[in-house]
Amino acid sequence: MIVARRALLLGATAALTGCDRLARNETVRNALFSAENFHRWAQRSLMAREALAQEFRPDQISPVFRANGTANPNTPDYKAIWRTGFADWRLRVDGKVSRPLSLSLSQLRTLPHREQITRHDCVEGWSAIGKWRGVPLRTILDAAGLRQDARYIVFHCADDMGGGRPYYESIDLNDAFHPQTILAFALNDRPLSVANGAPLRLRVERQLGYKQAKYLMRIEAVDSIAQIGRGKGGFWEDYAGYDWYAGI
Amino acid sequence: MTAMKLMPDSADPIVKRHRLSTRMWHWLNALLLYILFTSGLGIFNAHPRLYWGAYGANFDPAWLELDRFGSWWTLPATYNLALSRHWHLTAAPIFAFALLAYMLWSVVNRHVGRDLAFRRDDLAPRHIWQDIKDHARLRFPTGAAALRYNVLQKASYIGVIFIALPLIILTGLTMSPGMNAAWPWLAELFGGRQSARSIHFITAFALVAFFLVHILMVLLAGPVNEVRSMITGRYKVPEERP
Repeated sequence: MIVARRALLLGATAALTGCDRLARNETVRNALFSAENFHRWAQRSLMAREALAQEFRPDQISPVFRANGTANPNTPDYKAIWRTGFADWRLRVDGKVSRPLSLSLSQLRTLPHREQITRHDCVEGWSAIGKWRGVPLRTILDAAGLRQDARYIVFHCADDMGGGRPYYESIDLNDAFHPQTILAFALNDRPLSVANGAPLRLRVERQLGYKQAKYLMRIEAVDSIAQIGRGKGGFWEDYAGYDWYAGI
Repeated sequence: MTAMKLMPDSADPIVKRHRLSTRMWHWLNALLLYILFTSGLGIFNAHPRLYWGAYGANFDPAWLELDRFGSWWTLPATYNLALSRHWHLTAAPIFAFALLAYMLWSVVNRHVGRDLAFRRDDLAPRHIWQDIKDHARLRFPTGAAALRYNVLQKASYIGVIFIALPLIILTGLTMSPGMNAAWPWLAELFGGRQSARSIHFITAFALVAFFLVHILMVLLAGPVNEVRSMITGRYKVPEERP
């Protein structure tokens, strides 16, 4: 039995090494990376365009909402706007829109809100439930007047991920106009903390945590994501090979 | 498991045992479950804690907390969450649709009805007890009896095909925030996303346990004959015990 076990382990190791070698092959790599397209197609076919992510009762909220990724952007620009309590912060909305906007936090707070208690699912596997309050992205995009050729909405963030690589994310119009897609300025009835993305973060509830861009500075409507960053649609997509469609 | 005699007059007749669909699905599964298990452990390593309920993160009580699985276990060998996910999410839909096709085809071609379904006398307590004793003594059936699945075999094959494999697919889907919107009943069914993640993990190791017993049985029952029957379909019927 010991021989059999050793043979099994050796076989397993050899197979794993084989798989790793396979994954370096261009064709295999492309096949592995394209499963995302199947999942996006399958999920979008199975769900109604406005199908809602599950919402929870107040007693189901996580006692502590874990903050992940950048805990504090700590750049000179961010520190400057933080010191004034974000009074000098402005959200720019531009790109393929007919009326570019520049919105202050107090302006955003006067717009109609949406409140939702939703589950934040990290790509790592953990989940936290929190109550978000914010302005539906749809309201902002309608005010800016999205042009016909806009296909994606890109979120530019204040946090630098090292070496002058700012965090950014992008979603398509299907998610941009979803009723639960909001620009949140409050978590659990308090203004957003720095760790959780102050002053404003994106909530796109049918996707994983890394899509929920924090420290929003600018929203840009584009016809293609190929020209942004390294062209994969987000910081983690560019540098770590994460899927752009993070519905699974 | 249609026992069609090819050489009826020899002492140890060779029969056609496993159907082509069973053989193809078996080896496809061997490959896919191997990829799914090792890449799954790679994903688990990103957060090696398990919880019950809808939520669960570092500040919440975990019912299981492990060290990261070593590079012997994971795909890829060095920690790479993105690549583990690519392997896992590529293999998973192929595995799920192959299972669905196999289930349907096995009902249509009567594999389920003829070979896997329990017969009335299978379930008699005395018969089950006899089967357990035979297994414990490693007394494997011979002659015509070797061509039928015994009650413990039936129970484990039915348990794997119709319970464990669907369960691992459905709990996997429950972890998807997209599927959460498409099929909200999934999270209800399993008691929340983190419960589903726990059940997914437990089921994976239940399948590993099945795999180990399965390999052990093949080794004890005659590995050459058993493996050949799963590759070519041809099986040498063990000589009847006097």
